Formats: sequence, C-alpha cells, structure tokens
Amino acid sequence: MSYDVIIIGAGVTGAAAARELSRYRLKVLVLEKEAEPAFGVSKSNSGIVHAGTQNPPSSLKGWLCVEGNRMIREELAADLGLHFVQCGQLIAVFDLADLPELETIKAEGEALGVKDMRVVDRAWLDANEPNLGPEVKAALLVPTAGIISPYRFVYALIENAVKNGAELKTSAKVAGIRRREGGGFYVEAGGRVYTTKFLVNAAGLRADEISAMAGAPTFTITPRKGEEYLLDKKREHIANHIIFPLPSKTSKGILIIKTSDGNPMIGPTAHDTGDKDDLATTEEGLAEVLAGARRMMPSVSKGDIIAYFAGLRPVAGKDFIIRHESAAPGLVNAAGIQSPGLTAAPAIAVMIADILKKQGLPLEPKDQFHRLRQRTEHLFMSSPEEARRLIAKNPAYGDIVCRCELVSAQEVRDAVRHGATTLDGVKFRTRAQAGRCHGGFCTTRILKIMQEELGRPVTELTKRGPGSEIVKDERK
Amino acid sequence: MKRRELVIVGGGPAGMAAALAARAAGVEDVLLLERDQHLGGILNQCIHPGFGLHHFKEELTGPEYADRFAALVHADPGIEVSLRSFVVKLGKDRELSYLRPGAMEDIQAGAVILATGCRERTREMIPIPGSRPAGVFPAGLAQKMVNMEGWIPGREAVIVGSGDIGLIMARRMALEGVAVKAVIEIQKTSRGLVRNVVQCLEDFGIPLRFQHRLTAIHGADRVEKVSVVRVDDDFKDIPGTAFEIACDTVLVSVGLIPENELLEMAGGAVDRRTNTPVADEVNLTSLPGVFACGNACKVYDLADSVTRDSELAGRMAAKYLGVPA
Repeated sequence: MSYDVIIIGAGVTGAAAARELSRYRLKVLVLEKEAEPAFGVSKSNSGIVHAGTQNPPSSLKGWLCVEGNRMIREELAADLGLHFVQCGQLIAVFDLADLPELETIKAEGEALGVKDMRVVDRAWLDANEPNLGPEVKAALLVPTAGIISPYRFVYALIENAVKNGAELKTSAKVAGIRRREGGGFYVEAGGRVYTTKFLVNAAGLRADEISAMAGAPTFTITPRKGEEYLLDKKREHIANHIIFPLPSKTSKGILIIKTSDGNPMIGPTAHDTGDKDDLATTEEGLAEVLAGARRMMPSVSKGDIIAYFAGLRPVAGKDFIIRHESAAPGLVNAAGIQSPGLTAAPAIAVMIADILKKQGLPLEPKDQFHRLRQRTEHLFMSSPEEARRLIAKNPAYGDIVCRCELVSAQEVRDAVRHGATTLDGVKFRTRAQAGRCHGGFCTTRILKIMQEELGRPVTELTKRGPGSEIVKDERK
Repeated sequence: MKRRELVIVGGGPAGMAAALAARAAGVEDVLLLERDQHLGGILNQCIHPGFGLHHFKEELTGPEYADRFAALVHADPGIEVSLRSFVVKLGKDRELSYLRPGAMEDIQAGAVILATGCRERTREMIPIPGSRPAGVFPAGLAQKMVNMEGWIPGREAVIVGSGDIGLIMARRMALEGVAVKAVIEIQKTSRGLVRNVVQCLEDFGIPLRFQHRLTAIHGADRVEKVSVVRVDDDFKDIPGTAFEIACDTVLVSVGLIPENELLEMAGGAVDRRTNTPVADEVNLTSLPGVFACGNACKVYDLADSVTRDSELAGRMAAKYLGVPA
C-alpha cells in the first residue's frame, strides 16, 4: 500500500492535517494507535478556543492560535456543523496593583492581532459575572475566545477528511519506520507495512519516539499532567465566560471553564510527570483545583463535582515544533502541541501543507472538495420545536436512553454508525454516561444498542479498546 | 395542552402504590409515566427475597412484589400507564412535557406526584482518586447487569461501602463464582440491615473491613488493584496501614441520592446536601399540588415502607384535588 502522505496520530492535529490535505489530489492515510480518534491527548482537552492572549508575541503558537481562532469562528465551526459558542474570556486579578500586567497581556495580544480586548472593572463584573467572589478586583475581557466540544471537533475533522478520500486506520500503533532508498518511508503499523513519500508526525505524547524512529531524534516530550473536574449541569450558569486568573510562569492557572455541552469544568493543574501513561487523579490535585476555583468563585462546591479526569500535555520546550527534519527528509514534525493546540490545529494544518509543498509535494486541488459536514443531532441542544421535528422524522429520538444528559436511542445509534466502537466513543459523541449518574442507568441499554449495531457479543465490547472489556462472562 | 387530573412520574413501588391509593380515594383520571419498558422500577433487578413481610405478611422477591401491584394497576381502567415515557419539563403550575418514542406530549396536571426514586452515589462523588479503567461499577448497575442481562462484570471484586446494595451484590457475585475479596467500609458499623451482613457476608466468608477506605484505583485499561488504608475515628489515614488488593472489579455502594431534578426545574425547594424536597411533612414539596413520595422523598430501607407512605401520598393528592367532592 503506497501513499503520498501518512499522518501518525488522529488527535486534533492529525485530524486537522488530514482534512486540510484531503483538499488535494493526494493519497492520505491516518494511523491511530488507539481504538478511536481523539483518545490520546485530545480527549482531555478543555474545549477552549483561545483568543491568542498569554502567548509570547514572537512565538509560533501565538500567531497560529490567533489564526486558528479566526478559522474556527469564521469558517470551520459552521462548515463542520459544530456547536461553537463565542462566550469570551476574562483574565481576573485579585489585586489592582496587577492591572499593569493585564495591560501587558492586552498589548501583547494586540500585537498578535487579538481584537476588541478591554479591562473591565468590578461594577462591570458584578453585572456580567455575578458569581465572582469579592477577591476579584478587575479583569481583562477577551471577546473572541469561545468554547467547542474537543472530541466532536476531532470527529468532525476526521469524518470530513474521510469523506474527501483520506483513509483512517485505528488500533494501528506504529511499530517501526524505515527510510526508503530514493526517498520516503516504510511504516509498519498494526501488522502491515505501508510506504509513503511523506510522513507527518502528530503523535502527541509519543512524537519524540516517532521522530527518532524516522531518523530525527531532535527533541524530547515531557508530559505535564492536568487534572480537571466537571460540575453538574445544574451549575451551567455559574459562569458566563471562561474565567482565568492572572497566569503564572508555568501555566494559565486554575480556570472556571464554561463548556459547550453545559457542564462547567474547573482546572487544570499543571505538573510535570515522567510517565506518559500516568492519567491518575490525586487528592492533592482535587484540593488544588477546588482552592483555585473557589478563590474566584466561592460558591463552587465539592458536591457539584460529577466527574474528573487527568490529561497529559505533550510539552517540548516553550513553543510548538512544526518543521521539516533535514535529518530525515520527508518527515514533517508537528510536536509539542500543548495549549493552545486545539485552537491552533486548523492553522497548524495549513502550515503543514505549506511545508510539504516546499519539500516538493504537489498540491493540486480536487475538482470537488466536500467542505460541509452535516450537523449531528443532539436532543440536549434542541429547542422543544426542534425536538418535536426530530421525533416526527424518527420516533427513536423520543426514546430516551441517558436521562441525566437527555440522549436518545437514535443518537446512540448514530454515534455507532459514525464510527464509535467503544463506550467512551459513544460518550464523547453523544454525552450518554457523561452526567451525574455516570452511566448507572444507561450503560446496559447502550451496550445492547452497540451489540445490535456492531454485531458483536457483549463480552467483546470495551470502554476504550482492547483490554478494557466491560463484561467478563455472559450467562446464556 | 391536554388536561389530566393526576400525573404520577415513575412506575416503581412508590408510583404504583400512589396511583392505586389515589384511585381508591376517588381520583378518576390517573396518568402513570414510566421511563422503562415495564412497571416495577428497581424492584425488577432485586431478585433476592425479603420483600412484602409487612405489606403482604409473606416473603417475596422484588419482581414478585412489583408484579402484585402492576397487576392491580393494569386492571384499573382509571389508570393510564405510559411506558418508555420520560418527563423533560415540569413547571411550577404543574404543566409538564414528556418524550416517548414517536412523540413529545404536553400536559396540564391537576396534581403531580413525583415518584422518581434514587440514583446511586458514584465513585466520582466520594471521590476515589486514581486511574479510570473499565471495571468500576455502581453496585446497582452491576446488579442490573447480572440479574437482568446475565452479564458477569468481573472475576475478582472489591466492594466499597456496606450499604444494602453492596452487601446483596457481594453475595450475588459470590453465587456467580466471582471471588469477592473484601467489602471496605469507612464507618465503624455497616449502613446495611443486620440480616444482610449475616446472610450476605458472614455466610459466604467475605471479609468486611470497617474503618478502611480506598485511596486509589489502579489499572490502565481494566482495574488491576486497589489501594486501601485504615482510618481512625476522625477518618484520618493511619500511617503504616496501607495495603493493596488485586482485583479486576470495584463495585461502589456508597449511598443513594433522591432524584429531584424535576422538582428543582419547577422551582421547588431541594436540600442541597440530601437532594430531598424541603417541606414540613413527608410527601409534600414547597409547591402546591406537587407531591414527592418513595425514595424521591427520602431514602427508605424497605420497599414495604415505601408502599405505606406512597399510599398516603396518593390520598394527599386526592384531598388536594378535592375528591371526593
């Protein structure tokens, strides 16, 4: 099997690159080691579409973030049928003596092209963000920031790429890469060998290992753990913006994050860890997150927490690494894509295409590129009129499976038909099991629908891929 | 908008008892909404005996206890049962909307009884830190999987919490050949019925460790082990007492939370700590004409007590509706 470009990794970076390259007459293959796209770094993303502030003005990530933000706001969210909410962001200070720092952030943001920022005082905050605690004295309002579902963003990108001819292979971990005489690479993955002219490395936490495998051991990835805690949907209106404290040197701090699905989130922590598989939450992390969130919003309560998780940021120094590696001709690295990687991804994808072109890959536009993707239906986002229309069209939209998050049997079926093969895949696409009962009521029903749709016995169904089976034995 | 005299949300033991009592008190028109495809609620998965000792003066299983009420409900022409019906909206003036396959219905109810039961507290609410592998189940979900579907969730289990569901599931898993390694309880005594401690643990040789807590769940894809530590009377970890138990399954039985999200949506007062309706008397809520009974009102130990109090709720709704006129 021979390709023009093989992309390693179906997180947001790989998915965006696949969609961008699917505009052109190219044979493109995406290899993903996990059972589904977005199961690596991207699944723990906060879903913030950053405006571009808090990045050094001369950095690669700074301008890619501003451009990615523009692309998502102005084109991509609508084209891909995604629910993007431009709620804006506040950077809060606890001491008016820190106001000059807000002015610096504002000036740096403006240098990058971030628009319409202004410092707001306590009276403005009282009117627009009434749950803020008394410690918050003022804030920088950044109106172009917004929120999106990180997984559904990845799924939409990859689905659209596949519709435009790209191929996706999941559970295909790259085991070896060899240079070909005369250019290009052999890539061994999932028990098969593929040949390709160019290689795009979007392997997240493993990007350093992949780059070394291809002959360019030029950087190291250090995982930086972030713990996040999700609040009950009942607290949806606790915040109207994404609220940041004034950032520290190593992180943007503990945030109060409005999410596009309604559940507010608090976090993340930021601690370097030596272990690329360490996804454990800790009692210390919870205490740190609660303290940070409560300083800005004292009414946040431990009892509001319905879920938590830890993610690992793939850190490779201070900036993104996006470059062709002359030590391994044909290899383009997109590595160290930590925050604001989700926002920057569409712009990174364009940059990758540009690098490939400079390295001699002809980019000839296809006669027909399917830019638009049909929106998937979600009852929880529908007005009563829309819900009625959906149910009239298909009675199964009235058959509720997940009561906490209001997800119907039809949405679960749609998720499986769009590629979900695991319980987590169904959860990320639909929100079923993501609510306050944590799947207590709906798990058996979802497993039955998956059995029907996938034609597999329940003992083969998993939470997130081989090894995570849910049911060990079945009594007939 | 259709008008109905009395709408009852939930067709478990509470909703069925309330419906029958309201009819006996003179209510002519009852709409009973149940989200599952059959009446009985959680009783359907409680295949152990111990039900009916007070109400029927004989010992029944959960499904048998439910069936006796379901037969009466189905035989009553004044009770319309709507299955797979899920209420999505309730307003303070008792206007409500529900979804069922093929339709969204809007109703104006004369009175409403919320008999929505409980959900289980989860691992996330304690919370137990660590990784998030497959194999961690609320005990009630495991009970549903084993008893309703014949799905055995694992082979070596640790149970967190000695509430009744945890105790009953310890025995149920042992009967299915699962090695139940321990029941871990942070308190000094069991929260469950004494008869369950004896019949479910002692008779099966399952160790119950009081004053212990889980400090972490380990495992990348599936549970591999748990970390446990002994605590003192103030629930503080005692240094030097930590140990691990290898297992592939953790069942969490750490209490129940009344489901009062509909009442909250309608503007009714709900205690933030217990999630129960704030009211002066059992079965009442802060909203006139909106009642709550069964486990939605408070968490009961026995289904028989749910039946007794829910019958009272049915009569209270009848009185509110002014029947008999």
